[in-house]
Order: sequence, then structure tokens, then C-alpha cells
Amino acid sequence: MSEQATMTTQPAPAPSPSGPPLVEMRDIKVAFGGVHAVDGVTIDLRAGEVVGLVGGNGAGKSTLMKALSGAHPADSGEILIEGKPVSIGNPRDAKHLGIETIYQTLALADNVDAAANVFLGRELRTRLGSLDDAAMESATRKVMARLNPRFKNFKTPVMSLSGGQRQSVAIARAIEFNARILIMDEPTAALGPAETAQVRDLVAQLKTEGLGIFLISHDIHDVFDLADRITVMLQGKLVGTVDKGSVTKDDILGMIIMGKQPGEASEKELAHLHD
Amino acid sequence: MTESPGAASHSAPSPDAPSAAPSPPARSPRALLGSLEIDTRLLGMIGALVVIWVVFHIWSNGNFITPRNLWNLSVQSASIAIMATGMVLVIVSRNIDLSVGSMLGLLGYVMAMAQAVWIPTTLGLGFDQPYTWIITLGIGVGLGLLLGGLQGFLVAYGGVPSFIVTLGGLLIWRGLIFRFQQGQTIAPLDEIFRLLGGGPQGSLGDIGSWILGILICVGIIYTLVSNRRKRRRYEFPVRPMWAEILVGAIGCLVVLGAVWTANAYLWPEALAQQAGFDTPPATGIAYPVLIMLGVALFMTYMATRRRFGRYVYAIGGNPEAAELGGINVRRTIMGTFALMGVLVAISAAIQTARLNAAVTNLGVTNELDVISAAVIGGTSFAGGIGTIPGAILGAVVMQSLRSGMLLLNVDSPTQDVVVGVVLVAAVGFDSWLRRRHT
Repeated sequence: MSEQATMTTQPAPAPSPSGPPLVEMRDIKVAFGGVHAVDGVTIDLRAGEVVGLVGGNGAGKSTLMKALSGAHPADSGEILIEGKPVSIGNPRDAKHLGIETIYQTLALADNVDAAANVFLGRELRTRLGSLDDAAMESATRKVMARLNPRFKNFKTPVMSLSGGQRQSVAIARAIEFNARILIMDEPTAALGPAETAQVRDLVAQLKTEGLGIFLISHDIHDVFDLADRITVMLQGKLVGTVDKGSVTKDDILGMIIMGKQPGEASEKELAHLHD
Repeated sequence: MTESPGAASHSAPSPDAPSAAPSPPARSPRALLGSLEIDTRLLGMIGALVVIWVVFHIWSNGNFITPRNLWNLSVQSASIAIMATGMVLVIVSRNIDLSVGSMLGLLGYVMAMAQAVWIPTTLGLGFDQPYTWIITLGIGVGLGLLLGGLQGFLVAYGGVPSFIVTLGGLLIWRGLIFRFQQGQTIAPLDEIFRLLGGGPQGSLGDIGSWILGILICVGIIYTLVSNRRKRRRYEFPVRPMWAEILVGAIGCLVVLGAVWTANAYLWPEALAQQAGFDTPPATGIAYPVLIMLGVALFMTYMATRRRFGRYVYAIGGNPEAAELGGINVRRTIMGTFALMGVLVAISAAIQTARLNAAVTNLGVTNELDVISAAVIGGTSFAGGIGTIPGAILGAVVMQSLRSGMLLLNVDSPTQDVVVGVVLVAAVGFDSWLRRRHT
């Protein structure tokens, strides 16, 4: 258990600082064999807030989020949604709680079309219980008009789409169902500059709609632009959670690489980072 | 929802409106085919089937494309085609079922025992009761569901690869037949049950066949119209009117042509006299074919219009994504095997009824025919790809080859060689086409 787990002292810039946070994950542990991928991490998220989750490769960011999305349930620890303890054993549980995830791999079924992917697991059905493909295609066209107006390939399997279009499908799937909590794992890693800007706009917009967003990213600039708070992990442990306004990018780099708190790293060490 | 910056505010832009609507219709054959919106793979298979038929017809001096031969072909294809529709879903979800032949033998044995021994003698209810056939069928289908479900459970929840589970099934079910049946032939079967096997009595006759044909035509037209209406309602692009009419007309012509052919096959003279007819009546569509059509319709509906089918394809496309998308992957996989078991039971009923007996080697190597039919019909072992109509066509192609070679007096080993070559060639050609297109 790390002593820095509760170091957020400044009031969060979230619109609703009172009441329980939207998500609280307490003392989460996940081990693969003998390796502690996530080792006693505590983290929280408020409505209308973006929390950036950063750290090097193998820091445990994705594994921590998989415990929340149900892709890989935690071995121990508590998850609270709006103050109520919940149990998340699989992705269906998470979705019922309004937790949507955009995976780094996108997790699309490549052989079916965009609408089938957007509604995967939550298909619209007619009164007789059969699939209402027309309604699903119509809804998909609407959400796509908002996300990616140039998207036209509604009838082709998503495997034949470009990286950006596939990303749009994955995002559409996450936001179509009025999610309250959104987990974005490297959402811009595969995108060009124009599409990255679109994703940034979207994050800002979803934030104003009151969603809580966990943003996993390698790109410290992305995180600095979009996040309200930044949580740093190193080798499965929490280094700390800081307000974006109270730190510099160098502070964050120091946390990511050396596990040092802001101000702890010496000028010399920081200078070293830029070599 | 607020409008995101740069998002178009008009709803549902139609994809190819600028290119399709105002310009004069394109005249190249490819464009014409495109506006018909028919699966080109299926079209290619129909083409291959026609070629096979014509070649055999010429080679056999005009004996292949005859009402009698085509009628027999339809009955022989039915039981394999029924199982192939289930095998498509099993293979699409990246599994395999090697046990269908043995399971068919076991279910055939149980159903034969039920109607020849258990119901009439053990329960003392007597032979040829009006309810015997339906109870028997219920036992067979129930047991098929159970055995298929058991195999599916072991695959989905037990984590044993389907190849192993069903290889075990292949040995176990066949072993049980030999264990219990002791080499006996169980016969004769219930009079009504025997109608399931086809034959002149087990057919619809001319009036029934015409009614069926007209009903199917009405169904085709209704489907085309309601699809068009639905797409119009959502302002999606629809295919041009001439294409709709052409598709409907060709569909109806094929159906009515098939009915006409089946009706052109008359009862054999001797049988007609024995049954008290002055002139041999028309045979019409055989019951096994009728059952096959029903199964095809049901399975197509399951595969394309139900969540179950959507999940099967999604799992085949990307099992991990399906799980992350919230699909209950294990339950779906188990469902495909249970469904396969039910279809095996139906085919077992048809085959035993046709033989009027259950024999110990019933269904031997059927698993290979069924898998071949699915694969020739375009089902991919990589998962996620395969259609029900394709599998049925695949079964007909296989059976056409066998029946044609039989007509030409080709010996059985050579038949196997040819079918094996065709199987490998068809799949090789298919994957070559796929690679070229992607």
C-alpha cells in the first residue's frame, strides 16, 4: 500500500465536488501469476471530469481499467459507483452500470458492419424479437453524422475500413448508450492529426455533458490538454494523483519515470529527462 | 445531445446518392450485377452447379437433367443439407463437430427402437398408432438437443477444444450403437414415420406442390416489398425497380420450375397400380425436401435475423471483441452445438425412415459430407464467414457429383477421389478469390 494514495489535497475542479464521486476504486489488486500488475491502487473520478492515467509500459494502467470495464476483474479491492459498492465480473456487468470502454485494440467484430458493431450485445429488436437492422443502421447513421460526417460505409464489414473509421465505430459504440463513465485506452494512438483533433473535441464535449472519463495515454501532451487531474502509475503502484494546474509537464515526467512526487526530483534529475 | 463542431446537422446522408440517382444507369455487366445486390459468391456457386449438371447431362447421354434424377437428387441432398445448415454456425464460431455421423446413427437407433419396440411392445400400446411417429420424433429431437448440448457444454464451459470433444463423441456414440444394437437391424418402422423419408407416398403430390410453390413465391415478393418499404422509411438507398422485379421474377421462376419438375416425376407403374390408381399420379415435392426447406428458412432466420446468429458471427470474427462487447460467448457456443444436435435428430429421422430401418453403420462418414457441404458452400474455417443457403447449395453440389458419377458407373473409390479433389480445389479457389479482393 502506498502512502501517496491520498495525496490529492487540492479541491478537484469537477462541477460537483460534493457527494460521493462517480467512481471510486479502492485498494485494487490484480496479479498475473506472481506478477502484481496492479498493486493496491486507489483512484476516483467525478462526473464531468477527465482523469488522465499515465505511466510507462507495464505500469498497470490498462490492467487497472480492465478491472473497471470487466474485461479482467480485480483479485481484490472495492469498486464504488456513486458511493455504492458494485461487483463487476464481466463486461456485461460494467455496461449495466453505464461504464463504456474504448479499447486500444478497438475490440471490433471485423466481419460485420458498423451498425452491428455499434449495437453488439445490445441489438435493437422488433416486437417479434428479431433484429431491427434498419433501426440500428438509422441510429448508427445519426451518431456517425455527429462523430465523423464523412463516414459512408455502412454496409461493409468493418475490417475493410480505415483506422480512423474503425476508431469512429468504436467510439460510436461507447457513446450511443448514454454512458456515465467512459474509459478511453489510447484513443488517439492510431489516428492522424485531423482525427485526433476530432477525438479531443469529443472528449471536451462529453465532459460538458457530465460524463466521467478515464483517459489512458502515452502522450503526455494529450493528457495535459484534456485531463483535469492526472494519476501516475509505476510498476503496478500508484505514484500519485495531482491537479493538472498545480504541476508542470516535467513534474509528471519525474513521476512517470522516477516515481518522485512533484518538487522532489532535483533540477539535475529533471534535466536528465530531456537528454 | 449537443452538436459537435463540424458535424453535419442533416440526418442520414445517403451514401451514394450523388453517383447513383441522377446519372444514367451503368451498363457494364459488373454494374448490373451490383444493382441486383445478390451475393456474387452464391451466384458463382449456382453457376458451378449448372455447369456440373450440364456436363453430367451430356456425358450420360441426357440422363441427368430428368425429373426422376433431379427428384432423387433433391431427396438425397436433404438430410446432408439439413445438418450442413447447423454445421455452418458451428464452423463460423470457430469450432467443428465431428460427431454428427455417429450421433445420427445413435439417434436413428433410439428412434427406431422407440417405434418398433418400446412404444408398441414395452409399453404395450401396439403398432402403428397415430401418435407413434410424433412421440418418436420428440424423443429423437430431445435426445439430440441433450447430446449436442452436452458436447457444447464441454466445449464452452469445460474448455476442451471442440475437435477433441466431438472426436470423442464420434467414437462414443458409434460405440454405444454397437454396444446396444449388437449388429441387429431394427425394422420395420411406423407407417406414418416412414413418410418422413420421402418416396412417392411421402411426397406432396401435384396440388400440394403447386400450393407450396405459390406460397413460396408470395413469400419472396412479400419479403422484397417489405424490405423496400422499410429502407424507404429510413431513407436508405434502394435498388432500382427493374432490379427488384428481375430478382423476384427469377426467384419465382426457379421455384415454380422446381415444382413443375417434381410433378413431372410420376409414381412408378407398379406402385401406382398397387395403390389403386389407373394412371400414375404426380409425385411432387418430397417430405424430406419440404423439411429441408423449413429448416433452411428457420436457420436463415436464426443466422441473420436473431441475436443468436449475430453473436455467432461476431464471435467468429473476433472472439475477444465479442466478449468485451458484452456477448455471452459461452452460452452462444453451447447453443450452436445444441442446435446441431436437433438438426442431426431431424436428419436421423429422415434417413431411418427412408431405409425403413436402423442399421449399425447408419450415418458413417456423414460428418465428412456435412463439413464438406458447408465448406464448399463458402464457410471459412478462419471463422466468421459462411451462409445457410451456401451450405445447402454445397450439399447439392456434393450430391450432384456423387449421383452423376453413379449414373456414369464410376466406382466408389474413384468417386471419393473426385469429391476429395473438388473439395480441396473449391476451398483453394475460394481463398484465392478472397485474397484478391482484400
